[in-house]
Amino acid sequence: MSDHDFEQPISFEFTAKVLKIAKEHIAKYPQGRQASAVMPLLDLAQRENDGWLPRVAMDYVAELLEMPRISVYEVATFYTMYNLKPIGKYHVQVCTNLPCLLRGSDKIIDVAKNYFKIAIGETTDDKLFTLVEVECLCACVNAPMMQINDDYYEDLDENSTLNIFTQLRNGKSPKPGSQIARNSCEPIGGLTSLTNDVGK
Amino acid sequence: MLKDQDRIFTNIYGHHDAFLSGSKSRGDWDGTKEILGKGRDWIVDNIKESGLRGRGGAGFSTGLKWSFMPKKSDGRQHYLVVNADEGEPGTCKDREIMRHEPHKLIEGCLIAGFAIGANTAYIYVRGEFYRETEKLQRALDEAYDSGLIGKNACGSGFDFDCYVHRGMGAYICGEETALIESIEGKKGQPRLKPPFPANSGLYGCPSTVNNVESIAVTPTILRRGASWFSSFGRANNTGTKLFNISGHVMQPCTVEEEMSIPLKDLIEKHAGGVQGGWENLLAIIPGGASVPCLPKAICDSVLMDFDSLRDHKSGLGTAAIMVMDKTTDIVAAIARLSAFYKHESCGQCTPCREGTGWISRMMIRMVSGSAAADEIDLLEQVTHQIEGHTICALGDAAAWPVQGLIRHFRPELEARIKEAKKHAVS
Repeated sequence: MSDHDFEQPISFEFTAKVLKIAKEHIAKYPQGRQASAVMPLLDLAQRENDGWLPRVAMDYVAELLEMPRISVYEVATFYTMYNLKPIGKYHVQVCTNLPCLLRGSDKIIDVAKNYFKIAIGETTDDKLFTLVEVECLCACVNAPMMQINDDYYEDLDENSTLNIFTQLRNGKSPKPGSQIARNSCEPIGGLTSLTNDVGK
Repeated sequence: MLKDQDRIFTNIYGHHDAFLSGSKSRGDWDGTKEILGKGRDWIVDNIKESGLRGRGGAGFSTGLKWSFMPKKSDGRQHYLVVNADEGEPGTCKDREIMRHEPHKLIEGCLIAGFAIGANTAYIYVRGEFYRETEKLQRALDEAYDSGLIGKNACGSGFDFDCYVHRGMGAYICGEETALIESIEGKKGQPRLKPPFPANSGLYGCPSTVNNVESIAVTPTILRRGASWFSSFGRANNTGTKLFNISGHVMQPCTVEEEMSIPLKDLIEKHAGGVQGGWENLLAIIPGGASVPCLPKAICDSVLMDFDSLRDHKSGLGTAAIMVMDKTTDIVAAIARLSAFYKHESCGQCTPCREGTGWISRMMIRMVSGSAAADEIDLLEQVTHQIEGHTICALGDAAAWPVQGLIRHFRPELEARIKEAKKHAVS
């Protein structure tokens, strides 16, 4: 990883509150298997550090779990959800895999590039938005879709996408989930099953 | 068409309370203690008899898989590991189970754990499913608080712990041994088999890895009977199944249907038909990105089950159906999948690490037609050099979509190369 275009903090540690959560994660695994908690702990560290994982946080987790640092680096660099450099406040992740592509994810990418005035992989100057293209997020019957931080935004079109971005820029919280008149994955034109409502 | 009273997932659309009281009113956790009281062998035999085949893609008999676990512990713990690392492009069924029917999954974990002698289960959920994980965790907390799991689960005398482990964005962790490595806190790179997980899996202990849907259907099968479940679908392809229908249809949706339903019926009854009508259909990928596409002529009559799709050199996979109408650039569609496999190869085996890159680059040339005419054969040869030559099936999965494209759309590839040559000359 390149350390040249941003600054790595010089120290990192969990607050007492986060350390307690970390210990709950460690307790899920058998004694002596605390390395199993490396993924949730790195995720906690990332959440504590504005969404990205600095080297000192990896070293801190390594020490906490009594793991060689290199083993933690291996994990941090293997999994795509660890961000190894700073990202914007909103991590806009547009799926462009086949089911989304078939339903117009190209247009969603174009709307995003034009609105943010950045290319894929870049962050806006105000550090509000980072735009990336991601692989299938498995909400395919609600394509096209994107994930922003922990939420999915589904059944997008150009207008609803723009509306979500505008709301975020204005400090509002757009409604996650389907952006059309739909609860989840049922057919939009009316139910074709479970019409007798056996589910209560 | 499957009747509503025969559907297992009666809250798959999330129209009702997904948590404990709602789930109980739909029949979950009904008589679980009595089911456990019938013993391990009874449970395993009934799941075998039901004909349930794994719902994660490979379609191996769930009951048979459970029977591979040692009957008595040699001192090592046994583990149940649930594969909720849903990631196969086109697939979005486990997500709905976790957020709308979490108690079916948890009750299934208890029953499966009991059947394989595992006092501990880990549910490995893909990291992007953050909200789904919150719901699943809430349901787990409810189950602990009500004594359904934990010490003396359901008053059965059996102790059972169930934990969520979140993935962090790696398709390869859907492969069972990569998933196990990942829980152990390592890079998700598949292990050589043997030893199989039933002998040496998580922490070197006997383990069984099952898909979310396979586990979530087992309580209902045991309550309603193996013969009820096996009355749906054709022999060797029994039961009900969640289908995801995406792409160029009028109403993309997820629906539970009978196995062996004709593909055309499924699309027309539930997904509102193909955009522009059935005649406007070009091709369908019937089981997630890894299985070869089928042209319209086969889609006209093919049945949605393991054997029927295998007979047409494709597969049921995860039963995620991606529909492509005649406006689709089929070469670009498959090229997008090739780019996906290149991105997701874990890099461990050379044929896959290098080959997925070769395939992807050749597919980009196929899209523009800038490939040489003899490159079609070369491309096919490369896919065969990957297929079967890697530790896990990701290499096969990268090869099959391209083989399907060449098998059914070779004239399109040739025409494109010819056309590009013509423009190059003029």
